[in-house]
Amino acid sequence: MSAASKAMGAAPRALRPGWLLIPPLAFLVVFLGVPMLNILKLSLQVEGNWSLGNFTRFFSDPLYAKVMFLTLKTALIVTLSCLVLGYPVAYTMTFARKGARGLILIAVMIPFWTSLLVRTYAWMILLQTHGLVNRLLLDLRLVSEPVKLIYNSTGVVIGMTHVLLPYMILCLCSSMESIDKNLLAAGKSLGGRPFQVFSRIYVPLSAQGIASGSLLVFIMGIGYYITPALLGGQQDTMIAQLIQIQVGDLLNWGFASAIAFVLLAVTLLFLLVFKSFIRLDKLW
Amino acid sequence: MKIMTIAVILFLILPVFVIVPMSFSSAQYLTFPPPGFSTRWYEKFFGDEQWLESLRLSLTVGVLTTLLSLVLGGMAALGLSKSRFRGKAAVQNFLLLPMVMPTIIVAIAVYGFQSRIGLIGTTTGLVVAHTILASPFIVVTLLSALASIDPNLENAALSLGARPATAFFRVTLPVIKPSLLSGALFAFITSFGEIVVTLFISGVSAITLPKKMWDGVRTQIDPTISAISSILIVGIVSFLVAAHVANLRREVHGVKEPSS
Repeated sequence: MSAASKAMGAAPRALRPGWLLIPPLAFLVVFLGVPMLNILKLSLQVEGNWSLGNFTRFFSDPLYAKVMFLTLKTALIVTLSCLVLGYPVAYTMTFARKGARGLILIAVMIPFWTSLLVRTYAWMILLQTHGLVNRLLLDLRLVSEPVKLIYNSTGVVIGMTHVLLPYMILCLCSSMESIDKNLLAAGKSLGGRPFQVFSRIYVPLSAQGIASGSLLVFIMGIGYYITPALLGGQQDTMIAQLIQIQVGDLLNWGFASAIAFVLLAVTLLFLLVFKSFIRLDKLW
Repeated sequence: MKIMTIAVILFLILPVFVIVPMSFSSAQYLTFPPPGFSTRWYEKFFGDEQWLESLRLSLTVGVLTTLLSLVLGGMAALGLSKSRFRGKAAVQNFLLLPMVMPTIIVAIAVYGFQSRIGLIGTTTGLVVAHTILASPFIVVTLLSALASIDPNLENAALSLGARPATAFFRVTLPVIKPSLLSGALFAFITSFGEIVVTLFISGVSAITLPKKMWDGVRTQIDPTISAISSILIVGIVSFLVAAHVANLRREVHGVKEPSS
């Protein structure tokens, strides 16, 4: 072992034996790796023969291009909503006193830990035609008749934003915590107005958090299934639902697997492109 | 900023809490405010063997998943921590992949595999699938905890004659315990609320609570769901508040929070 690695504080190898990796790796290879290879094989076969037919079918039919486009669009809108809504919360949290900070954190963690199904169910109650939101809009005379807020893309965006917002806030917070507050004081003492200090010093310094939060929300958004399935309409099928329909209803394993690999490729592509901003183990 | 923050926080928590008054509604349909008070949906939940069975199954699967994830995730984190070998980044990324992979892909892959080996509709099948999703969280929390341990502590134990196992259980484990606990909690929550993979592999004989709720939401909006949802919400809120209070108390007494 080199002197440098000793100086870095290498732990005693006796307590970190490498063979410990074998059981978890074996578990994951058997129960996820092999199943993934199986569906890869299925995606490359049409009626038992090797073929790229499933992939060409996906890319040549404008219907599927539309689904793909809608998925990316929804994920993008949700990411932007999460960023706009999450940034002030994270900002307030970093400057709040300990007690207030803890309370905000609880408020963020409550939906984070509540079962996805419970939250989606809550939105189904709130957004229905005679639900609370519509009643409120009518009472405030913002609308003259109930608006359709559910079983369309509005419902999907509201529901997904609610689900993914805590992830954004936690990502932003962890990056904002490392901002040196003295830099803001310096900016102010050099004559910067509050808004200037915020937009020219604080926002650029939090860019890391913005990038990792947005990436996390976006890649979670493109693969989302439950919320679009419950709050969306027939017109708003997203790519994960397409996969479910092909497997669950049509038993079309080859085509479903091909779509799954397209989705996986898109997800990994975004991760790789933005890899410089982010490390997988730093997402949490 | 403050007003925005309050508005966003209301957006986050009000929809969750609106379920609680709904659960005491006397009406068959979900109208707000509820027309009258009644505990009929709670009576229905606790009087229905199917609902209770699904709750029991979810708790069992959650506990077993947590234990298996702790063992596998713990081994993975120890094996990766401070080690250097060719392909380490690839191994680490593979172990963490389920965390970023769209769950629907895990779902169809696992569904295809488990139906071939006859695990559909079994507790084992659910535990295996949930462990795939939950163990990366343990790996991540433990990796950062292990990285922050002062190696001199462990070296001291070893040089004073402790055997590796003793040094691990008496020195390393107590230091990483807080991270271990938060990872375990996360693993349990992941399993207890898991629905995407569960939809595919629960079959007709292993109906977890989320699967039962899904069926209820899909067919007709069954108000029994609001009763069980309220119970879960009250549980989570009391837990978070208790943790917050314990945290504050620890600070008041001047005990330093362990770094995690």
